[in-house]
Amino acid sequence: MGTLKLLQGNEACAEGALYAGCTFFAGYPITPSTEVAEFMARRLPQIGGAFLQMEDEIAAMAAVIGGSLAGAKTLTATSGPGFSLKQENLGFGMLCEVPCVVIDVMRGGPSTGVPTGPSQSDIMQCKWGTHGDHPVICLTPGYVQEIFSETVRAFNLAEKYRTPVIVAFDEIIGHMREKIEIPDKGVIPIENRKRPTVPPAEYMPFDETKGDVPPMADFFSGYRQHITGLNHASDGFPVNASPRIHTDELRLLRKIEANKKDIIRNEEYLLDDAEVAVFAYGVSGRSGKNAVEQARAAGIKAGLFRPLTMWPFPEEQVAALASRVRAIIVPELSLGQIILEVERCTKGRCKVEGIYRVDGDPINPTQILDKIKEVK
Amino acid sequence: MSFDYDQYIRGGKLPHIWCPGCTYGIVFKSLLRAVDSLKIPKDDIALVSGIGCASRLPGYVDWNTLHTTHGRALPFATGLKMAKPDKKVLVVSGDGDATAIGGNHFIHACRRNIDITVIVLNNFIYGMTGGQHSPTTPSGHIATTMPYGNVDPNFNIPDLAKGAGASWVGRGTAYHVPALDKLIIEAMNHKGLSVLEIINACPTTHGRRNKFKNPTDMLLWMKDNSLPITAFDKLPPEKTAGKFPTGVLFKKEAPEYCETYYGLVEKLKKPKEGRA
Repeated sequence: MGTLKLLQGNEACAEGALYAGCTFFAGYPITPSTEVAEFMARRLPQIGGAFLQMEDEIAAMAAVIGGSLAGAKTLTATSGPGFSLKQENLGFGMLCEVPCVVIDVMRGGPSTGVPTGPSQSDIMQCKWGTHGDHPVICLTPGYVQEIFSETVRAFNLAEKYRTPVIVAFDEIIGHMREKIEIPDKGVIPIENRKRPTVPPAEYMPFDETKGDVPPMADFFSGYRQHITGLNHASDGFPVNASPRIHTDELRLLRKIEANKKDIIRNEEYLLDDAEVAVFAYGVSGRSGKNAVEQARAAGIKAGLFRPLTMWPFPEEQVAALASRVRAIIVPELSLGQIILEVERCTKGRCKVEGIYRVDGDPINPTQILDKIKEVK
Repeated sequence: MSFDYDQYIRGGKLPHIWCPGCTYGIVFKSLLRAVDSLKIPKDDIALVSGIGCASRLPGYVDWNTLHTTHGRALPFATGLKMAKPDKKVLVVSGDGDATAIGGNHFIHACRRNIDITVIVLNNFIYGMTGGQHSPTTPSGHIATTMPYGNVDPNFNIPDLAKGAGASWVGRGTAYHVPALDKLIIEAMNHKGLSVLEIINACPTTHGRRNKFKNPTDMLLWMKDNSLPITAFDKLPPEKTAGKFPTGVLFKKEAPEYCETYYGLVEKLKKPKEGRA
């Protein structure tokens, strides 16, 4: 039996990070993510870890990459405009394959937008925010308990696949308090990055012959290495010629794409015989679940698909769903972002209808229920 | 016996990318001699850089090296140092990297007084990008983005560092090499943030547009226009006009960031008194 606690989503996120072995946080205060930093500021010094409030979001992202290169499991947390500022260094983390976890407690935008309201409008920024081609792992929990467990999973995936991982949730579940259970240590297995076993002289930080996820040595561990944001060869040194750049970028993509089974997680609720499906995550997923229950009570065969992994997108699952249902309803707190992905995967096999809201209030179950009845 | 540079240089990584007449090679060798005399093991030192000509220096040296994004070397270095406070962390940066795009990080690293040595290689120009003006391009000088002469006021890097809270500030030149060796050693021996500005020459994108006939003229300009701070301070203002002081310009005792933070960690570990 673990420990029962009444926690805010943001606090559960910080608890998840500590459970996963995070010892390093760097951040910059921004609403509605601040409680993650405040919690880490209290707890990290107690366990001998490092907490840094940096001068800006850019610096915070840089510091977590620096901390990770020195061997620590590192976390940063931000919202909206802060997430935009992190993008360049997030791209550095992706190209240089540096494990770390970035929390984005989403708020409305563009610009300062709605700092104290919920939003789901960063979801495309999670995938396309930085420049260049790259894969992304982005997790989208919907309950306080899930924020805890998905943050643990984010650290595990970051370590296993040697990459930054984003956890994106909205202000409502970030600030909502729910009873959660924090399992005893060891109940959730913890992953650690694969370290090299070769002698230091033979070590190459991006040695593709060691698999799609090459072993990673810590700075100052005797494995001297060069890390650069330039496209690089196996030894870490810059290359500016084909075919190395091409094959290395494909490897980055492959290490995520080939492991989709391990990475993709979702909740499927009452979908077996469903004629109408709701595709929703985060707070909209909660409204979606309630709407589906009300529809079932009214004799309508509705079901819910709630992605916990948004990127890589659950393409095959959505395609299979599209072959079975008459319509998929996509409620989201944006003017339509994730609906584009759903439409792409359904390929016209079923109707896709969106419910959009950007005024700082959640989409309520009645709105979704009305739409279910409309497409019935 | 001449100094064995090979022990620090990574096999197969030379020749370097710097242009003929560039003084970064002089600084590079000075840095290797300085670190050698400090007897810091190769595994215990990290060299971090941002973007630009100076930023390529880490690629040549056989330490733990990190070439980051433009202007961001200091926050990356801060992450490394906070995760491993007992290791030596060095940053090399250009004038644009450190004081334009990285200006905010520069002043805050100074304020924090974290034990990192920052070497700013000031060549008064964006060299790698082709000669655009930087916050240190002299007034009136031609740059590709100041084709009618620079109208932007300058930063004085040591003044900026001192004002922001750095506890050790110095300036050397690529001409005064023995003095430079000593300055790097002293900067690295200092506990806290040390900023060493090194005046450099970029004949390719700065000098040739600004009436320096050849690289030697640029070195001679350093010789003729610098004065050791000890002499500079004794002269009346009319004698120092247009000249710049070199040497250790400022130092003070101040709490070092990692020591303060991890000191707090130690205190938190101790059981509180007066409780059962």
